[in-house]
Amino acid sequence: MNKTDHNPVLVISGLDKFRGKTQVLHGVDLSVRAGERLALLGHNGAGKSTLIKSVLGLIQSEGGSIRICGNRPGSAAARADTAFLPEAVSFHPALTGREQLTTFARLIGEKANIPGLLERVGLGEAMDRRVGAYSKGMRQRLGLAQVLLGRPKLALLDEPTSGLDPISRQDLYAIIDELASNGTAVLIASHALTEVEARTDRIAILRKGVKVADDTLADLSAKAGLPVKLRVKALAAQADHIAQQTGGRRINGASVEILCAPQDKMAELRRIAALGDVVVDIDMVPPRLEDLYRHYSREELN
Amino acid sequence: MRVLAIFRSEMLILRRNLWIFMATLIMLAFALALSFAGSAPTGTLGVDMLTVSVASMTTLSVYLAPLLALMMSFDAISGDRDRGSLALLLTYPAGRGEILAGKFLAHVAALAIAMGVGFGAAGAIAAWFGGAGTESLMALARLVLTSILLGAAFLVLGYAISALAGSTTAAAGLSAGLWLVFVVLYDLALLGAVVMDGDGAFTQSIFPWVMVANPADAFRLWNIAASDAVALSSGMAGAASALPAWAAPLSLLAWPALGFALARAAFRKVEP
Repeated sequence: MNKTDHNPVLVISGLDKFRGKTQVLHGVDLSVRAGERLALLGHNGAGKSTLIKSVLGLIQSEGGSIRICGNRPGSAAARADTAFLPEAVSFHPALTGREQLTTFARLIGEKANIPGLLERVGLGEAMDRRVGAYSKGMRQRLGLAQVLLGRPKLALLDEPTSGLDPISRQDLYAIIDELASNGTAVLIASHALTEVEARTDRIAILRKGVKVADDTLADLSAKAGLPVKLRVKALAAQADHIAQQTGGRRINGASVEILCAPQDKMAELRRIAALGDVVVDIDMVPPRLEDLYRHYSREELN
Repeated sequence: MRVLAIFRSEMLILRRNLWIFMATLIMLAFALALSFAGSAPTGTLGVDMLTVSVASMTTLSVYLAPLLALMMSFDAISGDRDRGSLALLLTYPAGRGEILAGKFLAHVAALAIAMGVGFGAAGAIAAWFGGAGTESLMALARLVLTSILLGAAFLVLGYAISALAGSTTAAAGLSAGLWLVFVVLYDLALLGAVVMDGDGAFTQSIFPWVMVANPADAFRLWNIAASDAVALSSGMAGAASALPAWAAPLSLLAWPALGFALARAAFRKVEP
């Protein structure tokens, strides 16, 4: 499916939201296309959950507009198109996983294969046990199963991997990839930067209710112009010499770290190569999402 | 249908946590105890045993039906919100009115089972031992139906409290207060006013209407006004005769409807 051919499923423009007198969202613009996976990053209190609740129509915003496939948030059509996985999802403890999912399926008027779906998220064994006896990870899986009900056009996932072990996280992202490849627009609010780095198409960063970045990882890197790290391993006792020659910083007995702008990278490499035998090894570390996140979420507004 | 989906899941929950079983057991125990304890004055009043039994059970139901209803409804909204499951439910296509209606139908069904079994069994035993006529059987049926209506009125008031209260604990406290006001303090206050007023205008024309405005009193009046024998054995014929026959039924039918509208309006304002 060609992702760029699609109109945006979710369009947010100029969204303002106040909590009492404090403004928690400042004119946020955001859009997600069908089949696209967008990571929404930000500190606690940056406005991620507020944004998601506004899209769901659970809270009213004071300014701007939100459209889900052209419909207002909270309208019957928008609710039918949207799936939501809340942060630390919970269910009534007296119901079993199968009963809970059956209720949700009835609410959207879908004849779904409930056991198959629960099997799919790894709850095959536990589907007839009460949710009260589930672990946090199992509840999260049940939450994911209800997202898959009814083939949503838009999926909003708030911290979907919280409480999941590494293997479960892999499974979860595999399921998210499948959702997206079937044309669902996926918005993932997350703190887990290393995970979303490899698993999303685009990254938006909220800082105190203002969107400070919104682009692909590669373009964000280029715009930020963060330095590339070169780590040079020297022959014994030559580290000081190399540090002096290259203007780098000695980080231990044998290694020197050099920071350079992305465009100077090749020149720097040639210079190091010219040093000859004293250089034993070299590692190159491009800026990671973590560095970018720090860069964009610290940058002062103007 | 979405109301039905909520109804079915609520019924499952009520059955799973033994609510229906416990409520039925409570009603049955109290109704049986009252029927046997109240069987003594049968001869002196010249009515059958079922009539006396219905009169005692009417007094019982005034206390128990609101209590059972509030115990079911006080956490209907606040419980889901505190647990965090309300936000997810509200993103599904069911409207808030539909969610409330589904819960209401399930809770009314649970009350109906408890009332029907409890009063029905006590009535059957009273009829078996002390005889029953058409009139006393009618009185029993009326008692069951009006008890369900009275419960329904307090169910919806419980939902309104559940939506307005900040937490489940607060909702529990407010529900206890509501029960106390409607079932105990309201009558005490009225009694005080009547005593102060003597036989004045308040006692003559205003008092009966203020009294019937309370669903618990409307329930009592309806059961008493409709059956002379019950009125006789409960000694409360005076207030009932001062009002038109439609006043008590109207009050008892209006409360669930108005209360539902109130609860729905309060639920609309809830931000999960």
